[in-house]
Amino acid sequence: MQIDDMDRRLLRYYQADPALSAAALAETAGLTRAACWRRLEKLRAAGVIRGVRAVIDWGKLGYAVEVSLRVAVDKTQPGAFDAVVARAREIPEVIEIQTFLGRVDLRLSVRARDMAHYQQIYHDRILTLPHLADIEGLMRVATIKDDESLPL
Amino acid sequence: MIDLDDLDRALLRALAADASQSAGALGRNLGLSQPATWRRIRRLEQAGILAGRRLDLDKTRLGFGVTVFLGIKLAARGRTSLEDFERAISAIPEVQAVHHVLGRFDYRVRVVARDLADFERVLRRRVMTLPSVGDIESNVVLSEEIRPGPLRAATGSVD
Repeated sequence: MQIDDMDRRLLRYYQADPALSAAALAETAGLTRAACWRRLEKLRAAGVIRGVRAVIDWGKLGYAVEVSLRVAVDKTQPGAFDAVVARAREIPEVIEIQTFLGRVDLRLSVRARDMAHYQQIYHDRILTLPHLADIEGLMRVATIKDDESLPL
Repeated sequence: MIDLDDLDRALLRALAADASQSAGALGRNLGLSQPATWRRIRRLEQAGILAGRRLDLDKTRLGFGVTVFLGIKLAARGRTSLEDFERAISAIPEVQAVHHVLGRFDYRVRVVARDLADFERVLRRRVMTLPSVGDIESNVVLSEEIRPGPLRAATGSVD
């Protein structure tokens, strides 16, 4: 679909505050409620807007530790990538999985209650993953920015 | 910290998938009344566990074809240089996330761009020109999956 400047403007406001009511969003964007609704419906139907998701604060849930594991996979093994990703999905504390083109093949974001819990996950679930060539952790100290918004 | 039961966890999973559902609709799926569902949501919000909402946009359809994770090592140290760096990198519109980390790098940064040429522009003109930047490693995202996290039912099932 063609996305025009008004769509982008609407998405910019909506992205900045997804809790806005339809009326408030229309007013901020300078549209009538009907016109705003039509545009949002069109963007939803085209799959541009996939939905609104709740953000869970894992720290507040008691998962204070976050480690970003950078994994190199042994690519000489056929199917190694799929095998390691499939196993990583079975670990509940893995909250994100990315695959890359670069020095790192795979990134697993792991959440744990504390260092002892992390050590246990690392030892029992991560080091037992198949086809690992190299693994390295970056432990999060602070989050400076995390809105993941798009520069529309 | 508040205690959560399986219904709270199911509620969090449902809201993380679709936060636009009404308390009535959520309750029907979980076998809860609408007021009981609403009270649980309020409690999760008050505890800070439900920390707001995020619009999930298809970035490719909006013309952002490339996501890159950067690992950045700072060359200069000291508190002022950290703060200056954090402020400057967070102000770049294409920078979606900045985490201070311990390990091989000092910062983990998520960047979105239209294509590789656009990414190179952001990297060269905006990131590499920041005063205290030392080593940078770029890894281009091929696929990404957000998992539900440790929210499975605790009773009667194994994680």
